[in-house]
Amino acid sequence: MRHVIDPMDLSVAEVDELLALADDIIKDKSRYAEVCHGKKLATLFFEPSTRTRLSFEAAMMELGGNVLGFSEAASSSAAKGESVGDTVRVVSCYADIIAMRHPKEGAPMMASMKSLVPIINAGDGGHNHPTQTLTDILTIHREKGRLDNLTIGCCGDLMFGRTVHSLIKAMSRYENVKFILISPEELKIPSYIKTEVLKKQNIEYEEVTSLEEAIPKLDILYMTRVQRERFFNEADYVRLKDSYILDKAKLKGASKDLAILHPLPRVNEISTEVDNDPRAKYFDQALNGKYIRMALIMKLLGLSI
Amino acid sequence: MTIDSIQNGIVLDHIRAGRAMKLYHYLELDKLDCTVAIMKNVKSNKYGKKDILKIDDDNVDINLDVIGYIDPDITVSIIKDGKTIEKKQVEAPEKLINVVKCMNPRCITTTEQEIDQIFKLTDRATRTYRCAYCESKLKEK
Repeated sequence: MRHVIDPMDLSVAEVDELLALADDIIKDKSRYAEVCHGKKLATLFFEPSTRTRLSFEAAMMELGGNVLGFSEAASSSAAKGESVGDTVRVVSCYADIIAMRHPKEGAPMMASMKSLVPIINAGDGGHNHPTQTLTDILTIHREKGRLDNLTIGCCGDLMFGRTVHSLIKAMSRYENVKFILISPEELKIPSYIKTEVLKKQNIEYEEVTSLEEAIPKLDILYMTRVQRERFFNEADYVRLKDSYILDKAKLKGASKDLAILHPLPRVNEISTEVDNDPRAKYFDQALNGKYIRMALIMKLLGLSI
Repeated sequence: MTIDSIQNGIVLDHIRAGRAMKLYHYLELDKLDCTVAIMKNVKSNKYGKKDILKIDDDNVDINLDVIGYIDPDITVSIIKDGKTIEKKQVEAPEKLINVVKCMNPRCITTTEQEIDQIFKLTDRATRTYRCAYCESKLKEK
């Protein structure tokens, strides 16, 4: 039985397989409409989430399967004091596969030790969110037709942004991928990502503070939000916040083939005036999230058409 | 100062100076009924100073994983009738189970009762251990 807890749990070959399956699903959804007939997905969301839970549920429904579960801890037996391990053990008697989100880091890993069915980590605190990483990779692949020979700019809060950390780890496995890390000094990428991933694998990267200067070099721009609460003082936040808001003016120097990604939710870090730009791919990315989850559910259940 | 050699027991030698008490606690030697000698700051040609632990009972079950985690250079000698009959090799173990606790307040181990505290060796060269659940680096040694 296979679980997906960490984005790196899947080999490059397995990721390729998932991308090919997702592409095939997108090509002709009707062929997959009954593939999960009679199967049940349990969504155990111990903290609220909109996109992730709904995209998992939509994915299972589009595969012809059924969905059960809860969307917050208060409506689960956790409110009565049941351990997460017991909850998962019981639910695994009722469902064929579980997607689980929990605020505590490592909760899905622990769940995988108790469960009788495959567990998909749907986010564990600030730790891992593998289906977001797969979504990002599918989007890059669909937009660029490749995962190698790319310059990827990651912009915003690179210190606390788990999606960026996972994306860097996952994309580091492909040839000639270069990263430009764009952030304020206060929110630079943690040193362990540099030493344990980038330097260890001899991956070219640069750390810069100006989005405008970096943007012309990029194939992919991965935006994240600079949050007020990450700053020690309000003055620094006010001084810096606009530098990392993407608008039409900042896009002037960008390549016409740039793809702009964002894991969402967006607050104000991408101006809505960018939404109609053909390079804005973040809503396509959200849709891709459903397709890659369909592919992952099929793979973990060992199903094919 | 002299401490008698033991007839039947276990000697942990070449403990880095100052670590004997830590090892004593991790190995739960306080729970033993037999004589245990803790020698601190013993002169050593190799290290300058070292600690030694002598356990006067050869039936004690010593957790070699704990020793390998604290310091794989420690030597473990089994003594029978006053002679060393076996020297056990220790090395940093691949997994540490219920030896140390994860200190990350956001880790599931802080709220989920009765689950094993598991750490995995992620880099043998630097002897880096990470929590099997949240992947936090184990700092305490």
